[in-house]
Amino acid sequence: MATGGASPGWRGFLPREAFDTLLRALEAAGYECIGPRVEDGAILYRGLSAGSDLPQGVEEAQAPGHYRLQHTDTPRCFAWAVGPQAIKPHLFTPREALWETERDADGRLTFRPVEPGPRPLAIIGVRACDLAALALQDQHFLRAGNADPYYAHRREGLFLVAVNCTHPAATCFCVSTGDGPQAGDDCDLALDELDEGYAVRAASSKGETIVQQLPLQALTEAQQAQIGREREAARSAQQRTMPAGNLRDHLFNAWEHPRWAQVAERCLSCGNCTSVCPTCFCHQQVDVPTLDGGNATHYREWDSCFTQNHSYIHGITLRPDTRSRYRQWLTHKLGSWHDQYGRSGCVGCGRCITWCPVGIDITEEVSALLAEAGK
Amino acid sequence: MHETTAKPKVAVHKFSSCDGCQLAFLDMGEDLLTLSAMVDIVHFAEAGMLDADATVDVAFVEGSLNTRHDLKRIQAIRRNSRFLVTIGACATAGGLQALRNFTDADAWHSAVYATPEYLDSLATASPIKSAVHVDLELWGCPVNTRQVTGAVRALLSGVTPAVEQDKVCMECKRQQAVCVMVAKGTPCMGPVTRTGCGALCPRFERGCYACYGPAENPNTDSLSHWFEGLGLLPEQLREQYHGITSQTEPFTAAGNRYRK
Repeated sequence: MATGGASPGWRGFLPREAFDTLLRALEAAGYECIGPRVEDGAILYRGLSAGSDLPQGVEEAQAPGHYRLQHTDTPRCFAWAVGPQAIKPHLFTPREALWETERDADGRLTFRPVEPGPRPLAIIGVRACDLAALALQDQHFLRAGNADPYYAHRREGLFLVAVNCTHPAATCFCVSTGDGPQAGDDCDLALDELDEGYAVRAASSKGETIVQQLPLQALTEAQQAQIGREREAARSAQQRTMPAGNLRDHLFNAWEHPRWAQVAERCLSCGNCTSVCPTCFCHQQVDVPTLDGGNATHYREWDSCFTQNHSYIHGITLRPDTRSRYRQWLTHKLGSWHDQYGRSGCVGCGRCITWCPVGIDITEEVSALLAEAGK
Repeated sequence: MHETTAKPKVAVHKFSSCDGCQLAFLDMGEDLLTLSAMVDIVHFAEAGMLDADATVDVAFVEGSLNTRHDLKRIQAIRRNSRFLVTIGACATAGGLQALRNFTDADAWHSAVYATPEYLDSLATASPIKSAVHVDLELWGCPVNTRQVTGAVRALLSGVTPAVEQDKVCMECKRQQAVCVMVAKGTPCMGPVTRTGCGALCPRFERGCYACYGPAENPNTDSLSHWFEGLGLLPEQLREQYHGITSQTEPFTAAGNRYRK
């Protein structure tokens, strides 16, 4: 587990001015590099060609329904908590063509799969919560005997450079879910950022190959002590918590709790929470025919349990109102996920709190739901 | 297909509107040739074909109802059409001209026109469905070619066209746009507005202004409350709902809550 007692295992210190050697080594290994960049008022993962592209000095403030960047004097480039998206859209893409259909002159149909294409991708600056979410997405999309080939192709080509989180947002609660803030071994390289550069750890054989190409210096005892202090500070700085353990029975026993109706008065049923959630995997499939009806493309795209269409089956909408949709999301995410995947579907990243347009706080709702009904 | 089978007949009619939605046909590019090979476009004034009284399989109707003459025309179009499809905010939700429904329009007549006695306006500007049964509504200001093409294809295939009714947010997130309300505090109607535009405005860092009308299950009360917190004054709040799609029940009511 990410927060367990994994030995530091640092291989050395990469000075800030040598950061580009990491990018060059990854590129030489065939990877396209993406990492955090400031765009449209947020930290997004975009193409990275040099360390100078990184958001140096950028911090952010998050609160329910609120996200703002702020510029500081810190020389650091990873002094922020998670932005709106990280790994999910690069593996489980928001919209992609799965197959194409062609109708010949006699009306016969030919189906052609659309092969997944992108080249190997290195994502730099992922957080422990996103690695935990990735493990859950892997469970879902790479299920033995039933793996999704599109996801699998991209997953196979993925190289992950984790940077341990030292600046949790007010919306973060990964300590309480056991998923952060320190990355475990579900990545290839793990970095700890200091003012002057990065402590580097290899977490996979692919990572080891890259590490050997970096101009690493010795990591001093003072630096190690500083990293230890910052890791501890990142844990103790978290303000929110998710109750520990399997909440399934508690939540299903609260099926008629008045809180569901109360949260439905605020909830917009807009699907933002599920879209930013790094573990939500629901999707729908749509066919887009050409005007002459001769060809069609079959797409898979993100869907949400908050849409009407999601629970529509053969003339019936099972969840017509917001109360039933919010309840579906929460009881699945924190309840029946335990039966499906052996753990909760929440990794404590806090995105659903920040990016809810009206600031609904999952930790607050769970607390209320676990309190005795009717209080 | 049997060679004696006649091509389906299509008409494009216009009421009070800016003509912009009809461009969804004219902007089809190569598909416009495909369309004209598959159907007979018997009436489409903006493109030059004139036979307003023709009996058709599909009538596309743009614009809202504003005069007694409009009411007679739409009844005739309904009688002459197997399917009646409204296109755009004017036809589906009143459009910009329906803002007069919230004012003393008679007073404007004499202020604006030298000879107001020539006017024959109804008391309100109304969507087409206020007068006749509508089989399918395509929302937006303007509608786009993708919507029109999709509807035509579905009708030609004899299947019910897919109804797009999710919130704009769903598509905004698929497009990986940064939420303008959360990241900038910009009021955005996306969480109550019907999808179909591809989240065009938020992708250019502008709040959605609801030109596709209400989505299914819209929670206008909660969004209004959040807008209040962002500092919107009652008149600004009213304008969020009483814009291009004001003549829809949820938005009429939501805006009326902030009328003086």
